[in-house]
Amino acid sequence: MVGAVCLGLLTAACGSGSGSGSGSGGGTLTAYVYGDGAVKVQEAAVAEFNKTSKVKVKLVEVPGDSYQNKLNAVMGSPNAPDLLYNWGGGSIKSFVDAGELLDLTPYLTQDASFKSSFLPSVLAAGALGGKNYGIPMRGMQPVVLFYNKTLFAQNGLQAPTTWAALQTAITTLKAKNITPVALGGADAWTEQMWLEELLDRIAGPTVFQKIAAGDSSAWGDPAVLKAAQIAKQLIDDGAFGKTFTATSYTNNAAPTLLGTGKAAMQLMGTWDYSNQLANHKDFATKDEGWVNFPTVDGGTGDAADVVGNPTNYWSVNAHTKNKDAAIAFLKAMASSDYANKLVANGDVPATTSAKSLLGSSPNPAFAQFQYDMVQQAPSFQLSWDQALPATQATRMTTEIGKLFAGQVSPEQFVTDMKALK
Amino acid sequence: MVQDAREAATAPGRRSAAARVGRPSPGWAVPGVLFFAVFAVVPMVYAVYLSFCGNWGGLGTPQFSGLSNWTRLFQDSDVRQATVTTVVLTVLSWAFQTPVALLLGVWAAGRERNRAVLSAVFFIPLVLSTTAIALLFKAILDPNFGLATTIGPWIGFPDGNIIGSPNGALIAVAFVGGWQFIPFHTLIYQGGARQIPEVLYQAASIDGCGRWRQFFHITLPQLRHTITTSSVLIIVGSLTSFETVFLLTQGGPGTSSTTLSYGMYREAFQGFDFGYASALGTALVVVSTLLSLLMVKFSGFGSMRSTREGM
Repeated sequence: MVGAVCLGLLTAACGSGSGSGSGSGGGTLTAYVYGDGAVKVQEAAVAEFNKTSKVKVKLVEVPGDSYQNKLNAVMGSPNAPDLLYNWGGGSIKSFVDAGELLDLTPYLTQDASFKSSFLPSVLAAGALGGKNYGIPMRGMQPVVLFYNKTLFAQNGLQAPTTWAALQTAITTLKAKNITPVALGGADAWTEQMWLEELLDRIAGPTVFQKIAAGDSSAWGDPAVLKAAQIAKQLIDDGAFGKTFTATSYTNNAAPTLLGTGKAAMQLMGTWDYSNQLANHKDFATKDEGWVNFPTVDGGTGDAADVVGNPTNYWSVNAHTKNKDAAIAFLKAMASSDYANKLVANGDVPATTSAKSLLGSSPNPAFAQFQYDMVQQAPSFQLSWDQALPATQATRMTTEIGKLFAGQVSPEQFVTDMKALK
Repeated sequence: MVQDAREAATAPGRRSAAARVGRPSPGWAVPGVLFFAVFAVVPMVYAVYLSFCGNWGGLGTPQFSGLSNWTRLFQDSDVRQATVTTVVLTVLSWAFQTPVALLLGVWAAGRERNRAVLSAVFFIPLVLSTTAIALLFKAILDPNFGLATTIGPWIGFPDGNIIGSPNGALIAVAFVGGWQFIPFHTLIYQGGARQIPEVLYQAASIDGCGRWRQFFHITLPQLRHTITTSSVLIIVGSLTSFETVFLLTQGGPGTSSTTLSYGMYREAFQGFDFGYASALGTALVVVSTLLSLLMVKFSGFGSMRSTREGM
């Protein structure tokens, strides 16, 4: 869901026609891709691939929010695509369970240079049950804490790298009638980011790993309760202001609060930087700072851990007739030429070669920060709503919405989450 | 309404004329019946079937799972809350739309040029799409950049947090729905009021009745069937209302404005649990049908008496 939203903001969607037809027939590979502003990188890669390959790739650009719906409708039918763009984790779990996707592990182990071209934490986030089903093909989208450097300096505040600094900032800013943290709470996935970060800092990634592996009882871990209690405390302290439940991210309200100085911080995926650059250029280029989420007192989680959307992936239909061509196309994703195109588009690729290319990014400092953050991360936790199967994810976001709206107590929240099926 | 008209056309005395001309052959109904069967009956039956299938996300063949969705439905506290929310929203919508539409309709029924022009203006919200209306009000009610900080304090939301508080969100949904559909119901009442014979009012004013007494003793009783028609439409419409909730509040904050139909959408198209969503949908169809039947029974609408009876 997070991915869908962030990409939806870029909307330059263009649906190429004739999506149907022989999905896996003859000498073509049909590839479904999310049709937004970033798709031009894939278009170029396909054109390049088709120059030399006998089997041609045909890109089907599915516009905007309908992508996952269309994929669900078409998979398992004779019109299923050979290659499919996805978010890894829960977004492909039902396909994996139904045996619709090709296990890519053998191809990665056979070709050591193929495997080592990608950052390990990102490649791992595209795996299910220890088997790789996804090859990274777009930029990384970790969650970072953005803040207004000027507002912080004016109020004598430190960058929010520790919990104490964050607390001081909240108290000081509130006294000055500035909303400490912009939160688009009308969309539950923005609230989810806070719980993801808090749980990781309190207990590390293992608790959610158990949950994602299908053990709902792991929601009963004391760390989940503590994360929910801290979130509740932040709400009660007024960290998010009073109207956050009516503030939306998707209509740009929350980013505008940050960009115009009405709020001083925002926890958001890195895609928000280009959003600020487009709408509040002065803020983005002069005042905007960014840090990884601070530590939590008494927490055992590594402060270098990252949560968010590692990237998007290509997966291969298990029933494709052109397996070799599909693998050849996936290997093109590892090339530095492809990484170059992503960098020029403002993305930070999940390839190890990316480091040397970041200088040509529209904002080298931010690109470098993202790259280092992900590369040094012991764990890159995929957004919860992407990591869980859709049924559970939908009910989970409902429960998160209830917690933040004050409809359930942290204790009740834990009880409800344990019952998720 | 349609039935009313047919009743009038085949009233005793006309029936013989109709028989002479000859009733149209049933064959004419085939396209309509086919269309209804393919696009309404078949999907409905399929939805009932799906409600007995577990965990089906659209891939492969649905697996029969007995009553599991239905037992869950009756234990789900979110469903209980959504039912209450739906009923409250329906009552709010009815209580808001009916008096306003009734008064506007009766007023607009008068034959006067200014009224005709104004009625046309009132009609505008109905021709706007629900999406446009919901997005418009979402912008107006935004607590950071909209008018909510101005409007909020007048109606008890000092922070302007109207759509961000549980009660405010429901009130906003009911208001926006009303804003859109009051013109439609006004139209119904206008039509109904114009059917009331002028002589009743003339007789009343000769007897010395004032305007209010005329309204309560002639207009209201004469409009009782119109009120039933309009109420059934409002109630069934609110029970199944979806777009405004979806666009304005997304069922939030939390689940405080989640109606049954929005809950059904989330289960089906976000959660990909079509079995459970079908159980919700089937329950909603049963409840709406029962409610409309009850309305018709207790309002005497079923007897189809003409409002001109006794003339």
